[in-house]
Amino acid sequence: MTVPPSILQIRGLHKSFGSIEILHGVDLSVKEQELIFLIGPSGSGKSTLLRCCNRLEEPSSGSIIVDGIDLMARNTDINAVRQLIGMVFQSFNLYPHMTALSNVTLALRKVLRKPRKEAEEIGHRALARVNLAEKAGAYPNELSGGQQQRVAIARALALEPKVMLFDEPTSALDPELVGEILETMRELKESGMTMLVVSHEMRFARDAADRVIFMDHGVIVEEGPPEKIFTSPTEARTRSFIEKLTR
Amino acid sequence: MDGWSRFTDTFFKPELIERYLPSIASGLVVTVEIALAVIVTGLTLGLLLAVVRTFRVSVLSFVIVIVVDAFRALPPLVLVLIVFFGLPNVGINVPSFAVLWIVLSFVLAAFAEEIFWAGILSVPKGQWEAARSTGLGFLGTLTHVILPQAIRLTVPPITNRALAITKNTALGTVIGVPEILNQASTGQSFAGNATPMMMGAIAYVLLFIPVVILGRWIETRFAWGRA
Ligand SMILES: Nc1ncnc2c1ncn2[C@@H]1O[C@H](COP(=O)(O)OP(=O)(O)OP(=O)(O)O)[C@@H](O)[C@H]1O
Ligand SMILES: [Mg+2]
Repeated sequence: MTVPPSILQIRGLHKSFGSIEILHGVDLSVKEQELIFLIGPSGSGKSTLLRCCNRLEEPSSGSIIVDGIDLMARNTDINAVRQLIGMVFQSFNLYPHMTALSNVTLALRKVLRKPRKEAEEIGHRALARVNLAEKAGAYPNELSGGQQQRVAIARALALEPKVMLFDEPTSALDPELVGEILETMRELKESGMTMLVVSHEMRFARDAADRVIFMDHGVIVEEGPPEKIFTSPTEARTRSFIEKLTR
Repeated sequence: MDGWSRFTDTFFKPELIERYLPSIASGLVVTVEIALAVIVTGLTLGLLLAVVRTFRVSVLSFVIVIVVDAFRALPPLVLVLIVFFGLPNVGINVPSFAVLWIVLSFVLAAFAEEIFWAGILSVPKGQWEAARSTGLGFLGTLTHVILPQAIRLTVPPITNRALAITKNTALGTVIGVPEILNQASTGQSFAGNATPMMMGAIAYVLLFIPVVILGRWIETRFAWGRA
């Protein structure tokens, strides 16, 4: 039997802002094609953990290994590694002065130095994957929130990342638009993408997540399959959080 | 003589218009040349200084802030006089045209730097993060993502500054640059009549119409989307 290799391995991750430590030694290993849900109270450090994974935040100590590359090593070209790690933000963060297609192709052209034609072909394919092929020429302010978030997903996908990080991808959306993002994420999962998702969409977590991790006060309190975490958590802190979520 | 013809004789005397048209026109050309030179160098320098500030090297930023504040605080006339009468004393002779060009460029750069810097700061942090997360470097993010948004926000105040600095070309009069005001006031004292000065005023208006139109055009050019 072969154990699927870890795409993302975090060991002993500490992060302080000034003198306040936010992450107190987090260990987490994400296997290939796994979908992990990260839940926890506001301020528990979920976003900080995610942002350390591509060094948008500089970890204070610990190691992060993505697809065999040590992110913290001195000779690591962080811009090269970031292409392996797609990130999707709560507030979409599309470039407002560019069309959907240009949003998707910017890094292909300026980082990977692909010729315009090739970049646009890849861009069109990425937009098609999120069912927005016909919106290639639209500017962000001409798109609904759900469509903007799907363009943002396509922007990350176009670089063929090994793992995708989602930080509350649906919480800025009107309720009726949440479904289309979850549907896109489900399709990504089916296509074999490895995903680490901060979200409180419990129903989606139940059907799609392989593992749910509960964080509180900068540590992982408990982890397990969604059924176990949502219905019979071991830890009291997890239980009270789940109760608040479902109430 | 009735009031009306006294008025036209003072401000719009036909033979004076004819006599001074060539010199006012050449003044207009000189003003346009200085203004264009100042706008190009001043805005470039201002943008460059704002970009240097994004590196957040505290010593550099401190120096920039001090120099910029000095140039914004001092009346441009004082700077023109200091440079024009001061430099020859240390053995450097700069033609008056160049003095005006350099001084006004620095003044415009100082105002433009503040405006561009405010524009850069007003671009949401998420734009930096999104671009950096795709592997784009600091300078790539600045050029392709941040500056296009920052500059678009600054078009109206920058246009105003460009207009203001163009008016300041009139300071060239005191150091003998043959621009509009210089030609007009020379004409006025020779003729003992306000007609040349009126022609100068009209020349300024003619000059500003295209600048205003250009500003509006840039504003629409930099707009994106239809919303
Ligand atoms: N740049 C920063 N400087 C200082 N403190 C920060 C910074 N970013 C986050 N923090 C603090 O770190 C803690 C964890 O924040 P984080 O955003 O990771 O929490 P979270 O679990 O994502 O919360 P939420 O569910 O509200 O998004 C919070 O107390 C926050 O105030
Ligand atoms: Mg968060």
